[in-house]
Amino acid sequence: MNFDYNDEQRQFADALGRFVAKDYGFEARKAIVASASGASDSVWQTLAELGVLALPLAGEHGGFDGGAVDLMPVMEAFGDALLVEPYLSTLGLAAQCIARSGSAAQQAAILPLVASGEMKLAFAHAERAARYRPQSVAMRAVRSATGWILDGEKCMVLHGPLANRVVVSARTAGAAGERDGISLFLVDPAAPGVTHKPYRTVDEMPAADMLFSQLALDDDALLGVAGGALPVIEDVLDFATALVCAEAVGAIAYANAQTLEYLKTRRQYRTTIGSFQALQHRMVEMMISHEQARSMACLVCVKVDTETDPVARSRIVSAAKIRIAQACRLVAAESVQMHGGIGMTDELKLSHTFRRLMVIARQFGDMDHHLARFAQLDRSLMDRAIAL
Amino acid sequence: GSHEVNEVFLDNVRVPAENLVHKEGQGWTVAKYLLGYERLNSGRIAPSKRQLARLKQLASQVCDDGVPLLDDPRFRDAMTQVEVELMALEITNLRFLDEMRRTGRPPGPEVSLLKLKGTAIQQGLAELMMQAAGPLALREYVQYVQADLAAQDDDADAFLAAITSRYLNQRKVTIYGGSDEIQRNIIAKMSLGL
Repeated sequence: MNFDYNDEQRQFADALGRFVAKDYGFEARKAIVASASGASDSVWQTLAELGVLALPLAGEHGGFDGGAVDLMPVMEAFGDALLVEPYLSTLGLAAQCIARSGSAAQQAAILPLVASGEMKLAFAHAERAARYRPQSVAMRAVRSATGWILDGEKCMVLHGPLANRVVVSARTAGAAGERDGISLFLVDPAAPGVTHKPYRTVDEMPAADMLFSQLALDDDALLGVAGGALPVIEDVLDFATALVCAEAVGAIAYANAQTLEYLKTRRQYRTTIGSFQALQHRMVEMMISHEQARSMACLVCVKVDTETDPVARSRIVSAAKIRIAQACRLVAAESVQMHGGIGMTDELKLSHTFRRLMVIARQFGDMDHHLARFAQLDRSLMDRAIAL
Repeated sequence: GSHEVNEVFLDNVRVPAENLVHKEGQGWTVAKYLLGYERLNSGRIAPSKRQLARLKQLASQVCDDGVPLLDDPRFRDAMTQVEVELMALEITNLRFLDEMRRTGRPPGPEVSLLKLKGTAIQQGLAELMMQAAGPLALREYVQYVQADLAAQDDDADAFLAAITSRYLNQRKVTIYGGSDEIQRNIIAKMSLGL
């Protein structure tokens, strides 16, 4: 088996490394976070120029037909740099919904503009009571003479305030919690009837709660089949989960490198603290966490690209999320602990890496959610095998 | 992200001679004496008991697929582990106090374990609160510190965001007042003679 990047992937990795070193150092990021919008348009344009926005899109829309595996070096670089721009929400979530369930006309209207950097997207799906269940959609969409009326609230819409278009899930049939009856809609957030309550996430990204008050949509706002969106949503959430697994590997690598450097240079009790065996052993555990996380990230990215059975695919996604959540928690806690008091300060980039790691550990499902989901899916596969 | 600690600069500050505490050159001895008492309190047992009660209340209100988190065996077991540790810590603390009372001796090196276990419990509770709060807790708290809480139209949001702030802030408890590593060294050297 070959776990090395191919030439194209290496090229992207190198180009991104140069970009981060030049334009996305910690000071540059601090200025972006402090800005009113909380993200940089010029960074977004650079990502467009590097081909990173086009990477996972289809060739017919100006893309490179890349999959999760091709995005691994990109996400790792973003995890190292702690990128706050709307890459995950645009390419990992909303564009995936459009690519997988949109009509040819819908795709042609949006995706080329995403590839060129002219459009940013967001995915409004989570609701207040939902926790991590994708079928917990209560917000409704009812038929009107000319299309649809959306009414309800979505929360924690990542990069909602920056999006030119938002993919919104709403129920066209069934009760909250049922698998059937969920639909996806393409919404212009500037339309009357849409209001934002913007804030920042704990890992310093713009987000918003979005309120839809009798929002009137045309027929062609519906993405895919009415009532049949849940399999697409689950597909997309699995894809996005694979991406944040790869992003975590980059963040973990940064935290480990910083901690190792600190152990080798910080002196106390007339020696470097890295000479203490207790700390050496813990640093080794951090290194092991990185290796195991990298392995699971490789596995999950390959699986979301190639596994056609949703049960088998989701089982691996949950396994990866479990292992990577553990790695995120260990590395975040240990890296701050071993830096001592300065690890608590905003002035140190590491404390910001801590924030991103703690969010990734919970993003698209926390440990308990994925432990339960893995058990259920594993059981399904066992029952299926027994039945044969 | 909020302001809690300060750097203090002392520039040729004049102190009257009568303000010398204990004897000259004995500062570290005084500090070690104080630190023993600090560690006795660093267990934070009463605040943790209050946090545990708040956690149970939150867990009884938060439902996943209709089941309160309190009744989810996975969550309940994690909570039980912390609760049991807290029970043990409280009794250990009382035993140490009892021995001090009987012997008249100041806190010994073994009280380091009160800080070690007490802070692990604090962080464990903060972790479980985050878990109970779920995805909605992943918001930045600073804006609530600075804004007028009365102007917030949703106290539930402020409550959730405070959980996150506490979770982040409590990473310090295993570092300040003598880090976990120092506490273990103290026990190893002074209690176990290693």
